[in-house]
Amino acid sequence: MTPILEARSLVKRFSRKPDIAMRLLALAGRPVDRRTVHAVEDVDLAVAPGEVVGLVGESGCGKSTLGRALAGLHPPTSGEVVYRGKPVRELTKAERLAYTLEVQLVFQDPYASLNPRRTVRQIVGEALGVHRLAPRGEIAERVEAALAEVGLDASYASRYPHEFSGGQRQRIGIARALAVDPRFLVCDEPVAALDVSVQAQVVNLFMDLRETRGLTYLFISHDLGLVRHICDRVAIMYLGRIVEEGPAQALFSDPQHPYTAALVAEIPDVRRRKRRFTPIAGEIPSPMAPPPGCAFHPRCPHAMPVCRETRPALAPVAAGRQAACHLHTAPGASPAAISTTVGVPAP
Amino acid sequence: MSERVDTSSREPVALAPAIGQTPNRARILARLRSRPTARGAAIMLAILVAAALFAPFLAPQDPYDLAALSIFDNRLAPGAQSMDGAVYWLGTDSQGRDMLSAILYGLRISLVVGLSATAAAATIGTLMGLLAAYVGGLVETAIMRVVDFILGFPTILVALILLSAIGRGVDKVILAIVIVQWAQYARIMRGSVLVETRKEYVEAARNFAIPGWRIMLVHLLPNALAPILVVATVQVASAIMLESTLSFLGVGVPITEPSLGLLIASGFEYLLSGEYWISFFPGLALVVLVFSINLVGDRLRESIDPRRR
Repeated sequence: MTPILEARSLVKRFSRKPDIAMRLLALAGRPVDRRTVHAVEDVDLAVAPGEVVGLVGESGCGKSTLGRALAGLHPPTSGEVVYRGKPVRELTKAERLAYTLEVQLVFQDPYASLNPRRTVRQIVGEALGVHRLAPRGEIAERVEAALAEVGLDASYASRYPHEFSGGQRQRIGIARALAVDPRFLVCDEPVAALDVSVQAQVVNLFMDLRETRGLTYLFISHDLGLVRHICDRVAIMYLGRIVEEGPAQALFSDPQHPYTAALVAEIPDVRRRKRRFTPIAGEIPSPMAPPPGCAFHPRCPHAMPVCRETRPALAPVAAGRQAACHLHTAPGASPAAISTTVGVPAP
Repeated sequence: MSERVDTSSREPVALAPAIGQTPNRARILARLRSRPTARGAAIMLAILVAAALFAPFLAPQDPYDLAALSIFDNRLAPGAQSMDGAVYWLGTDSQGRDMLSAILYGLRISLVVGLSATAAAATIGTLMGLLAAYVGGLVETAIMRVVDFILGFPTILVALILLSAIGRGVDKVILAIVIVQWAQYARIMRGSVLVETRKEYVEAARNFAIPGWRIMLVHLLPNALAPILVVATVQVASAIMLESTLSFLGVGVPITEPSLGLLIASGFEYLLSGEYWISFFPGLALVVLVFSINLVGDRLRESIDPRRR
């Protein structure tokens, strides 16, 4: 089956554009501060129709950037985004509009993601009116239908965002996305800002919509328990790269990358009573100066000399599973060691 | 595969009780009224505006009607009686014109110039700042360098040079004030829009392929406008001052339509001979006008800025 949305060797870097003063100084021979943030580096990821793919990683690892690039908000620095088998760059204007509308974002912050000066009706119905997706007279009806679908009363349509709670605002954000009839939802930590009890309701809403509308999801989160629960497939990101990817259950029960193993060891579990809390040693390195070789080697308990020099490629390690770790390929190394990783005592 | 998280929440979620939300505008006005100084200033301002508005009915004399003036009444002291028995409460000028009437009519011109120049400058500056912040790149560089250039010179100098080139006239004074003042609004608006652009609702709008002009006018403009409104209030006072200064220097409004500044200038030569009232009373009117606008503007800024409540 053709993937609905695909990243191919996707790279996204952010660099500061030199302003006039800096360019003049550069002419005068002063070195220019040309630091670049390597947000997403060479990522391949395909999502099949109907799938729920989890994207997991620490803050700053590039997962939000990858999600936004897939939704078309960030033009990639190199590589491409492919929608239904066609590179986004080559889409015609009409196809591009269809792609933009069919791939929708659900944001993390339910307060910043709604314009405070517009009513719910205006927020949810805006795209319908602008792109004439519905006749003028039917927009109100479509808005009410979208609100009903996310469990909000139609009478809320004339209210302003500040009158709602966080969970209700998130529902409004979802209704806004649903109004344009999307096929694919990129959910960027959609429940991270909500109360735990409300989180479950919103997650259930996503799962209901998956069934009723046949939606496909890219679910960005750092909540491993949640991802394990709702995702079919999971990709683990570290410093802009995917380090492991595979079916959710297999990935969590038998990690094939030391970073995944360390993350999994941190999932709280009621069945394990006496557990040591052993955080992964050190901080995530700066994406402006990624370490050479494997980006994880400064924090990896199994680091070998080869890890400091060559970057391991993402390669198949089992059926449907990929990992980027030298333990799978280097002579004399044993992948069995990975499962023993439980985080490293801080130095 | 996905399993359902175990909560049962099928029915619509009840709306949280509104937390004492009075509309913003009403709150700001209430806060404005709660300060006695600001309240006094607002009342004073209302009186001055009303006086200017109804000048033709309030003024004892039409100061523009030369036939109504009597040269024999020239330079009468405040409270003096004219040949035909009328009392000149604020005295007369060298033409025998009633100063009270002249001030009422002068107030009109000062207010018209101040308000229309501010409105035009704020509109142009706001749109320019919005465009610079949203479009970025070359457009932003071009607009902001022009802004830097204008703000780099003393306002009065730029206006003086402009007016000596294009001549006097109410419309030309307004034009000159707009040219020197739009830059401030552009700078403030750009900063304000840059803050808003980073919020996710703008990203959401882009993700719905909402056209750029619509994002700017419907989403960014209303959310970034608050600081502009506050600055504009204070800038009305500054525009009135600028107009008065220019008129005083003789490059502003023409003699046939004297503003407060021009009235001050016309009495200037008699100051040393003890006939203070020709300059003094228009000056007093100007000070009270500018002062009350500034007080109201300051209070407005305080009530909008949450840190200074």
